[in-house]
Amino acid sequence: MEILMAFIIGILFTCATYLMLSKSILRIIIGTGLLSHGAHLLILTMGGLKRGAVPLLGEHAKSYVDPLPQALILTSIVISFGVTSYFLVLAYRAYQELGTDNMDLLRGSESNE
Amino acid sequence: MSLLHWAILSPFLLAVIIPVLYKLFRRVHTGWFVLALPVVLFSYFFLKIPAVRQGQEIKETLKWIPSLNINFTTIIDGLSLLFALLITGIGSLVVLYSIFYLSKKKEQLHNFYVYLLLFMGAMLGVVLSDNLIVLYMFWEFTSLSSFLLIGYWHNRERSRYGAQKSMLITVFGGLSMLGAIVMLYIMGGTFSIRGLIAQAGTIVDHPLFLAAMLLVLLGAFTKSAQFPFHIWLPDAMEAPTPVSAYLHSATMVKAGIYLVARLSPLFAQSGVWLWLVGGIGLLTLLWGSFNAIRQTDLKGILAYSTVSQLGLIMSLLGVGAAAVHYPQLGNENIYIAATMAAIFHLINHATFKGSLFMMVGIVDHETGTRDIRKLGGLMSFMPITFTIAVIGTFSMAGLPPFNGFLSKEMFLESMVSVLSLDLFNMSTWGSLFPVLAWIASVFTFVYSMMVVFKTFTGKYQPEKLPKKPHEAPFGMLLSPIILALLVILFGLFPNMLTETLIKPAAASVLGDVLPADYELHIAFWHGATPALFMTIGIIAVGLLLYVLWPKWKGLYKAFPEKLSFTNLYDHALPAMENGSFNLVKLFMTGFIRNYLVYIFIFFIGSLGFTIYLKNAFNYSTIDTAPIGFYEVVLAAVIAIGAVSILFVKSRLTSIIVLGSVGYTVSLFFVLFRAPDLALTQLVVETVSTALFLLCFYHLPKKFRKEERLKFRGTNLLISLGVGTVVTLIALSAHSTKLFDTISKYYLDTAYTEAGGKNVVNVTLVDYRGLDTMFEITVLGIAAIGIYSMIKLRLTKRGGKKANENK
Repeated sequence: MEILMAFIIGILFTCATYLMLSKSILRIIIGTGLLSHGAHLLILTMGGLKRGAVPLLGEHAKSYVDPLPQALILTSIVISFGVTSYFLVLAYRAYQELGTDNMDLLRGSESNE
Repeated sequence: MSLLHWAILSPFLLAVIIPVLYKLFRRVHTGWFVLALPVVLFSYFFLKIPAVRQGQEIKETLKWIPSLNINFTTIIDGLSLLFALLITGIGSLVVLYSIFYLSKKKEQLHNFYVYLLLFMGAMLGVVLSDNLIVLYMFWEFTSLSSFLLIGYWHNRERSRYGAQKSMLITVFGGLSMLGAIVMLYIMGGTFSIRGLIAQAGTIVDHPLFLAAMLLVLLGAFTKSAQFPFHIWLPDAMEAPTPVSAYLHSATMVKAGIYLVARLSPLFAQSGVWLWLVGGIGLLTLLWGSFNAIRQTDLKGILAYSTVSQLGLIMSLLGVGAAAVHYPQLGNENIYIAATMAAIFHLINHATFKGSLFMMVGIVDHETGTRDIRKLGGLMSFMPITFTIAVIGTFSMAGLPPFNGFLSKEMFLESMVSVLSLDLFNMSTWGSLFPVLAWIASVFTFVYSMMVVFKTFTGKYQPEKLPKKPHEAPFGMLLSPIILALLVILFGLFPNMLTETLIKPAAASVLGDVLPADYELHIAFWHGATPALFMTIGIIAVGLLLYVLWPKWKGLYKAFPEKLSFTNLYDHALPAMENGSFNLVKLFMTGFIRNYLVYIFIFFIGSLGFTIYLKNAFNYSTIDTAPIGFYEVVLAAVIAIGAVSILFVKSRLTSIIVLGSVGYTVSLFFVLFRAPDLALTQLVVETVSTALFLLCFYHLPKKFRKEERLKFRGTNLLISLGVGTVVTLIALSAHSTKLFDTISKYYLDTAYTEAGGKNVVNVTLVDYRGLDTMFEITVLGIAAIGIYSMIKLRLTKRGGKKANENK
């Protein structure tokens, strides 16, 4: 299963990179969303998959899955959510103020140089 | 703090007080307050002569940074004393001269004297320091104060240009020297010059020896305006004339000479030193004297003449270094005489060049120009100045009975002595030395005659002069008169210098090689030696060339200004600026895509290369979980979802597909037994999708034009590369497990220690609560950020206000 996941993660990273290299801000944000999905799955996969029961001690199982990566991913999901929502509002404000979503037009004017 | 340390630091202390005195006593010329200090210092150093003559070294140490072996150690020996006397002696005369030269009303005198005192203190520090780091510190201080003095009239463009040029070149050399100092420390384990010289025998064989020598020479050659670093000196002539006389003829430009002489006992063992110091010196001598003739500005002539005379001294030091290789000759060692000649000429040059600069300053001051094409026939107007000029130039040209004659004779003799050197291939190329020296001496004779006769004889052209010429005030004449008298005095009685100054100085340069009973006798008539015939030849050919000057003027067209090193410098600087500007422009495009491309390419390159280099790729299926049906279906869904985002045209669809990927991820969390994650992921994905849709809904209509993502081959290649590298790393990391997880502890103790059964939650709030706290902070910051971004509209409001004001 881990081998398959490695390839899935690879596909997520590839698509995310491709989107981040595009011109539209919205696509870049979608790219970062995909990238964080890839990263979360990567952490989970590296911790080992399906090694026992859900890490709830009430289960009385012989073995549980590793709880530590899950804690890390939980933290990471919340943080990436915070960053993504900030990023989205930033893009929204940029549309409003500057009137474009094209990254090529969002560079300092020549007079700044 | 000993008296010697106070002597070095006193100019710095006085420099602090001078601006106060300038403000308090506006009626008195500030120079008078300064004058006393160099005179007192000169007397102090003068009284050291008897002790140094007997071979004593006066050593004082002041602890500065003992833990780094950096102490303010000062030593007076023959060489240091000679330089200290030159610095303070000519310093007094220059201050006296400047009192009459610089106007009390027009000039910012406090600035001038502060810079001059800084320079004087720094120069004393250079020549008296034994610690190389302290020497370097004072060395850079001289560069700095020289920069300030050259740019004294800072509203003139040429002054700023000259100051910048000299700064760049001398600091370049200074930094090279710092490199050499560090290397010397690595080799010898000490910063003390005497300590290093004591180990000269072992240091010679060190692999860093040659590099250190070249870097030291780079420092010395840039400071002493040697070929091809001489270009800053003619442009430094934009400084006030007292500065030119002091810094750019008598003292600072001799700092490089001092350094070469001081480190000679260390480096003279090597043939490279002998060749470089001698050869570059001779080349500088020839090039400087050749170029001096074509100058039309009197200070320009003197600048090139200084360059060439410094080359002469340098070449003598080079030849003098050969003495180390013939210690068995004792009193018969002819190369010792070369070192003596170098020191003698150093003194002579300081006297006559100082007086000549002051003479030019007087001419400039009284006529308003320094252009020899406008000057002429001033002899009857300025008889005293003319006399000084004659003495100075005749001494420079090497005519009897002035001191220049004696040192020029010794110089020619030393150059002839190179013929008998059988070291370092000298026997084949050594014959060039006397020939080049002779040619350069002829040029020297020609430009010396030009300085005096084109200025003071010939046709008087009053219509070309801005002022009506008349003799200068006596105060201004006093300093050059004293120097001219010294020129004659040293010329007629050279032996008053030999025992007192030259021999102790030569003892410092040569070390043990100099026999204690070495007899140096300088006299006008020393028999019909080759040098005498060479001098006669110089005078004859020089006179001929001077008379025929208009006829061979055309020769200089063969060396056009375009091929000069100044021109090279002038073009190299803008070229470097444009080059770096264009280089930066090449990759700093302002497009975010380009920067992302750099980052991703570096990511692929560095990680891919490391995997390849360390052979880190590892693949094993031993420790894997079984693949179930549901997982395969979910994997297919997530893969199709991710890829299809790239191809959908509508943004709305791509947002929804992203949401579906997120929900699939949460399904994965369910399958992989992570209920908390699945819950969170579900909620977060819902909220984010809602946010995406909100953002999309509020877009202005004109931006809702749908466009398919344009295909770009490079983007695909880079993203495939990133995906491949991540997959490779994931596979390798999974297949190389080095040790077990620590989670067993959490599972074992979650209930007993923390009283919870949900291990993930216990980890989040008990074991690793700090993470959670800051994650909450991140959310808080994001919320505040979003709120302020929506609410705060500073620019718009400011813009409206600005409009209202209109």
